[in-house]
Amino acid sequence: MRALRIALALVVGLAISSWCSAQPPQPAKTARAGDGAASAQPSAQDVATLLQRITDLEDRVVSLEGQLRQMKAQGAQPVAPTAPTPQPEAAAAPQPSAAPTVVTAAPEPRLGGAGAAASKALNPDISMIGDFIAGAGHNPINPTPSFQMHESELGVQAIVDPYARADFFLSFGETGVTLEEGFLTFTALPAGFVAKGGKMRAAFGKVNTLHNHVLPWVDRPLVTQNLVGGEDGIDDAGVSVQHIIPAPKNWFLEFTGQGFRGDSADVFTASAKDDLSVVGHLRAYKDLTDNNNIDLGASYSRGHSLFDTDLIRHQFGSDFITHLYGVDAMYRWKPLRRSIYRSFVARSEFIWRQQDQPSLIACLSITCPSNTAAGFQRAFGFYTSADYQFARRWFFGGRVDSSDRAFNSRLNDKGGSLVLTYWPSEFAQLRGQYRLTRYAENFDAHELFIQLQFALGAHGAHPF
Amino acid sequence: MRARLRWLFSLVALCTTVLIPATAEAKKLNVITSLTDLASLTQEVGGDKVEVEALAKGYQDPHFVEPKPSFLLKLRHADLLISVGLDLEIGWLPPLITQSGNSKIQPGAPGYLDASQFAEILEIPQGKLTRAEGDVHPLGNPHYWLDPDNGRRIAKGITAKLSELDPENAGLYQQRERDFEKRLAETELKWAAQMAPYRGRKVVSYHRSWPNFAKHFGLDVVGYIEPRPGIPPTPSHTIELVNLMKREGIKIELIEPYFDLKTPNSIASMTGGKVVQMMPSVGGKPEITDYFKLFDYDIGILMQAFQETK
Repeated sequence: MRALRIALALVVGLAISSWCSAQPPQPAKTARAGDGAASAQPSAQDVATLLQRITDLEDRVVSLEGQLRQMKAQGAQPVAPTAPTPQPEAAAAPQPSAAPTVVTAAPEPRLGGAGAAASKALNPDISMIGDFIAGAGHNPINPTPSFQMHESELGVQAIVDPYARADFFLSFGETGVTLEEGFLTFTALPAGFVAKGGKMRAAFGKVNTLHNHVLPWVDRPLVTQNLVGGEDGIDDAGVSVQHIIPAPKNWFLEFTGQGFRGDSADVFTASAKDDLSVVGHLRAYKDLTDNNNIDLGASYSRGHSLFDTDLIRHQFGSDFITHLYGVDAMYRWKPLRRSIYRSFVARSEFIWRQQDQPSLIACLSITCPSNTAAGFQRAFGFYTSADYQFARRWFFGGRVDSSDRAFNSRLNDKGGSLVLTYWPSEFAQLRGQYRLTRYAENFDAHELFIQLQFALGAHGAHPF
Repeated sequence: MRARLRWLFSLVALCTTVLIPATAEAKKLNVITSLTDLASLTQEVGGDKVEVEALAKGYQDPHFVEPKPSFLLKLRHADLLISVGLDLEIGWLPPLITQSGNSKIQPGAPGYLDASQFAEILEIPQGKLTRAEGDVHPLGNPHYWLDPDNGRRIAKGITAKLSELDPENAGLYQQRERDFEKRLAETELKWAAQMAPYRGRKVVSYHRSWPNFAKHFGLDVVGYIEPRPGIPPTPSHTIELVNLMKREGIKIELIEPYFDLKTPNSIASMTGGKVVQMMPSVGGKPEITDYFKLFDYDIGILMQAFQETK
């Protein structure tokens, strides 16, 4: 960059000096001005012309700098000049002297292959998000350690080619690694379709789609724990297609259809290759004003339950399918003029889970979750939460939880949480959460969590 | 059972395919810009041959725009998306582009234009960069449109892009661009004359939004109310700044409309200075309807502030 600046400064200097001394081919007007006696005294018009030339040259310097930045960004591959071609009047005089200087200055020695800078330029965006949680309180049903480096999420994201981009999120626990998500998104499909293939969090409701670090709480709601596979959720390998549906009155309507292998925590189990699961999600969104909006969703998912093994199917003579239904609603308020200081978000999700279960003899041949009941189970759960940002770095919120247990819907857990979040900067977050859970076993768990989250590198923004 | 599964799959497939929109080829070029300033410049050169709309509002902090799905409704039919670039919109524009389902505006496609390539970029960090310096922009300061010279260069760049996408009207775009350039040059003389008495004056600003403006009009921004870009004011930094302002006799604080005025006001009361709420973008006030009025407004309130704090 510096070399280029020097070269271009030279160009400007040369152009001006050559124009002043020799007065080479010039517009007729300036030549006529020099015809008079006082050729040493430049007229106002001369000055104007000179100024115009300097401006044009400046423009060309800026344009070349821009092209250089573009080239650097694109891995030093020469790009087609997108900058406008110089105006004819600018090109006339300075061109002869300018051209050779630029040509000699521009190419840098290339010692085989792309330079180090070029290879770095094509590196994907890499980010690491740490999630450290300290917990206090007694909870024998869902115990948490006193300190844990809960998750270290490595994100590797880049545009693959003109047709697709790829996003990988590897979730490192303290001892093991899981691929949280790793998928390719086809961005250049015809007719407005967006398709994905790989492993991804399913578009079932809101919380299931969110990574830990964008949740407004330390934990996930009870309904997620009990009915939608807990922290891992419905997260499976498969394909996804989404499309915006034209809708009147500025409503945004989008349908997402997904098909997965059928393995997701305790929700779905694929014991055969065609035990696939499906997810359908319809989203409706509308800006009520510039400052507030509503976001509604309906989801359905279906797949084989863990009871659906050949052995048990053979014994009981029927398939064991899990159906999940969900509706979600969100209201957001954010005054645009003070968007970094104040905001309010209220959200709620209602989820129903239905599954048929064999008699408890089945639990002799497979591992059943504790308290499994026999027969048809219809479990319901919900959470409602609200968060208010009362200063640039401070958020306060609460959540109410209630959920039946999926494998024994007569058991119901309830809970509530208060959350206070502080952001030292955009890249770090300190959060405290007090959680009371009243378990179906008639036990109250009072717990306090302190969470520290911090981000390194360029983590691509998540969808709204 | 298998039949039911197949049925479900086909339902999903059907739902997604029957809903293909009727993509009526609009006569006008549909241009979406991230910020209002780029929209104004596009309107100047595109005239009635283009339909231009900006995503963010002029009074909004351009770093923290929410990627609302309603923006997707605008992006999915866009022929051209013009962004400020230099990572200004990194928190919100990339997911919108990915989800838009519009192949024309994907990065690298002909309908994606990063306007920063045409402009003079200041404050490009040299050497090793860390976030200890706050929310720094590794590619340089993205508030570059606040220099009318850059406005002219961007307009030229947009003209070239419009001519490429719509060759039939290329002549018209070029003619409009020359006209814009002429009007801008004339108005620039007026602005230069208005600001001439205040050249070399020292000021402070809240965020690093004004280096290009300051360079063009000869102001010297010597301090910032934010201790680091994106980090809210701290008491110790504020005291340092107050001392600096007293020492150097600085009276003017340039504040973007989306920042809280509490700290700037208390600084003003301690230093006898003045808070000048400058508008960084077209549409920041209802009367700032285009790129010319943006400078008219900012220069107007700045002159008034300089006169009042003489």
